[in-house]
Amino acid sequence: MKATDTNDPEYFHKVVDCQYACPAHTPVPEYIRLIAAGRYTDAYMVNWESNVFPGILGRTCDRPCEPACRRGRVEEEAVAICRLKRVAADNKDDVTHLLPKAPAKGNGKRVALIGAGPASLTVARDLAPLGYQIDLYDDQPVGGGFMRSQIPIFRLPPEVLNEEVDFILNMGINEHFQTYISSLKSVIQQGYHAVFIGTGAPRGSDLDIPGRQACNKSIHVGIDWLASVAFEHLSSIGKRVLVLGGGNTAMDCCRTARRVGGESVKVVVRSEFARMKASAWEIEDAKAEDIPIINNHVPKEFVHEDGVLKGMRFTVVDVVYDADGRRELVPTGEEVFFEADEVIIAIGQDNSFPWIERDLGIEFGKWDMPVVDKTTFQSSLDNVFFGGDAAFGPENIITAVAHGHQAAISIDLFLSGERVDNRLAPGVNLVSQKMGVHEWSYDSEVSTDDRYPVPHVSKEKALKDRKVEVELGFDINVAYQEAERCLNCDVQTVFTTSKCIECDACVDICPTDCINFLDNDDEPALRQSLRRPAKRADQDLYVSNALPQTQRVMVKDEDVCLHCGLCAERCPTGAWDMQRFFYSVTKAGSPCKQSSPSMTSS
Amino acid sequence: MTFVKPAFRHPDAPVNELGRTRQDYEGGLSTLCAGCGHDSISAAIIDACFELNIEPHKVAKLSGIGCSSKTPAYFLSGSHSFNSVHGRMPSVATGANLANRDLIYVGISGDGDTASIGLGQFAHVVRRNLNMTYIVENNGCYGLTKGQDSATMDTGSPNKKGDINLYSPIDLARLAIEVGATFVGRSFSGDKQQLIPLIKAAISHRGFALLDVISPCVTFNNHSESTKSYEHVRNANTDMPVDFVPMRQEITATYDSGATCEVCMHDGSVVRLYKQDNDYDIEDRQSALEATSHYTKEGKILTGLLYIQRDSEELHDVLGTARRPLNSMDEKQLCPGSRFLDSINAGLR
Repeated sequence: MKATDTNDPEYFHKVVDCQYACPAHTPVPEYIRLIAAGRYTDAYMVNWESNVFPGILGRTCDRPCEPACRRGRVEEEAVAICRLKRVAADNKDDVTHLLPKAPAKGNGKRVALIGAGPASLTVARDLAPLGYQIDLYDDQPVGGGFMRSQIPIFRLPPEVLNEEVDFILNMGINEHFQTYISSLKSVIQQGYHAVFIGTGAPRGSDLDIPGRQACNKSIHVGIDWLASVAFEHLSSIGKRVLVLGGGNTAMDCCRTARRVGGESVKVVVRSEFARMKASAWEIEDAKAEDIPIINNHVPKEFVHEDGVLKGMRFTVVDVVYDADGRRELVPTGEEVFFEADEVIIAIGQDNSFPWIERDLGIEFGKWDMPVVDKTTFQSSLDNVFFGGDAAFGPENIITAVAHGHQAAISIDLFLSGERVDNRLAPGVNLVSQKMGVHEWSYDSEVSTDDRYPVPHVSKEKALKDRKVEVELGFDINVAYQEAERCLNCDVQTVFTTSKCIECDACVDICPTDCINFLDNDDEPALRQSLRRPAKRADQDLYVSNALPQTQRVMVKDEDVCLHCGLCAERCPTGAWDMQRFFYSVTKAGSPCKQSSPSMTSS
Repeated sequence: MTFVKPAFRHPDAPVNELGRTRQDYEGGLSTLCAGCGHDSISAAIIDACFELNIEPHKVAKLSGIGCSSKTPAYFLSGSHSFNSVHGRMPSVATGANLANRDLIYVGISGDGDTASIGLGQFAHVVRRNLNMTYIVENNGCYGLTKGQDSATMDTGSPNKKGDINLYSPIDLARLAIEVGATFVGRSFSGDKQQLIPLIKAAISHRGFALLDVISPCVTFNNHSESTKSYEHVRNANTDMPVDFVPMRQEITATYDSGATCEVCMHDGSVVRLYKQDNDYDIEDRQSALEATSHYTKEGKILTGLLYIQRDSEELHDVLGTARRPLNSMDEKQLCPGSRFLDSINAGLR
């Protein structure tokens, strides 16, 4: 194998599994250390810089970081990253003086943002401080988009949402709420220099089976129903409720139904449990509220008497996979009837762009989705950009934020007369953490504590009032203990070949047998011949150049390295060092943009 | 400074026939200098005992005084251990072994503890063929007292300050062969591929087994002129690789080339030797002395299994002692009464 190029920022970035998995690449271990140090405001700002909505995400994020967390590979459970983020938000001081402000004099460029959800708000946050005039349009009376209309209040209190939305709106954004845009052409004609479309995926899928039309008033589409409850157009539901679907929207619907009058609420899912899209913790929370989840039931018909819904009939299926791994739902012959007063359909959501004229030059492709560049988020009409669910279909808040940052870069480049694909490399820093002969600036000791559960309010209290937040968040003592579970994967083991005397001290001390010295070979052979064969192909091998004494190479399997620093502590020559790696995604308005074009090549 | 090794281990860490992991054979975190060869020897002992499926409580670790003699704290924390007097580990080992012949005795000593203050005790435990493994962690200096030359330092090799050693070195392996050792090996802390099978063979050997392991002192004796540095030993090492194949196991070779010789141990396990000179007979004292002398003259270090005498009589055989450990006998057997004492006394008159 060729020696690892650690000058490529992506190598060490990939070692920080959580940060790498995060669409916005939030520096997770960095803010967890700040939480452990009691520096909640700093931890909050590290988050805010990267993901814009720490308080909101600390309660509602899909947490792609947690399945990626290295801790989950050395013991049962990952670090509770998401809930630690909430600790930073809950315990921060006033941060308003730390937030960027729009300059007194603008740059004369006008940008329209359509939709006031996380993607548009992120674009506004990145562009307003650069002097752009931002006009934000939404048909709802307040900002937040689906964060407000779809996430139930018992998961996300309005004060948390309002605070973080207002941080952005207070940057001098021109709010055009309760304004439904029915024509993109009319927006463009107002002379905006650029338009960003962050309108989400606003159309809930329906279910066209017998009886659907006859009992229309008792059947609801999930996201619309949630919005109606959120905006208090609706405050009750029948006693017996069926929720169709296995995603997070279904979980929000069933739990909301339990709070507005649903006494017997069931979730019925076509597919098997293992394939449900909902996050494991949301399924758990639903079950904890006495909501059974019934799998392998395909809806057959709505049963009614003269338009009065009586219930639903389902075909019970077996899930069968053929030789190619294709899934088939094979009816068992059994049919089941569940009584219901009302049904909520939460089986998916789609994009919908009836308001975009098709002769504007915006190309539409498969499934009537706009053709959007994956890196620049530019459409085929060069001053129109997309992001969030509107760009590539339904995802989640943190993905929308990541899109927003990138779209903001593109808009800034575009309006500065530069190529939108001419993007800057990430900001990277790598600094030794050595403080003394055997002392490190980070807490290198590895805690063996199990993951701490987040306390909840009692079920009785929670179900009585839909406005009561269910999760209470960690108190600061538990937060400290949970933070100590973080392995500090951003403190990298950095190897200097020329200093190594091959004494084996690192090999002998490494608790997880990551380090090997052996004759070089190709990657598959090396992976096999390590002390513990490296089975996880997505985890890299760190390979040195030929060593001075024996011409062997050092090969470290990054997979289960605890970042405990013992290799560096036991290294007599400093060939190993623990160096803190900081990686930040470059945002719009980087000062290098115009002044030194040579810096832009990575 | 870290005092505790993290508790987590590799999820695929193997389990031996006793259901134990390698972690069960570890000890405390070393307080020796970073990079000390002794830590590698400790790791090799851990690996050897794990792979030999030895119950940790069936092992007694014994040591004298010095950096080397601290190391029993860093492996096999579940074993019996006696950190004894400087140079007197052989006496303690002899006493312990006579009282309980069922344990596996592993003595850890250094070049000072064995070749200087303990030379007399060493020579006698060798000639008595006490059933034990005696590992000398040999770095050519007194690391614990700031690196003075030891008795195994080669003539002409300078210390860290630059002063040349004027005296002739003691070659412990050759000395042991001379005074009747039945198993003698030499190895290098930086070559676990050879060291681990040698330790296994030494533990499996019935009788006295000496392993003279060159173990560089990174703090005082790892400079470019030293003959006990990592670099010098790597360059001068003429290694005879070894495979240890336990009894009842299929013989699979680690090395590509064919074995030049196979030695069957008393318990049925097999030691396979590679890359030896054709005229070198490791079961012949004279041959072993000639070979080591030849390589030493050339400035080389011959490592591997240097000499073995199978089917020797160990100390218990010679003395005709009881088959069972003393702690398994009751008072009646241990104290046969005044009539027997009288008859013994009468026999001495």
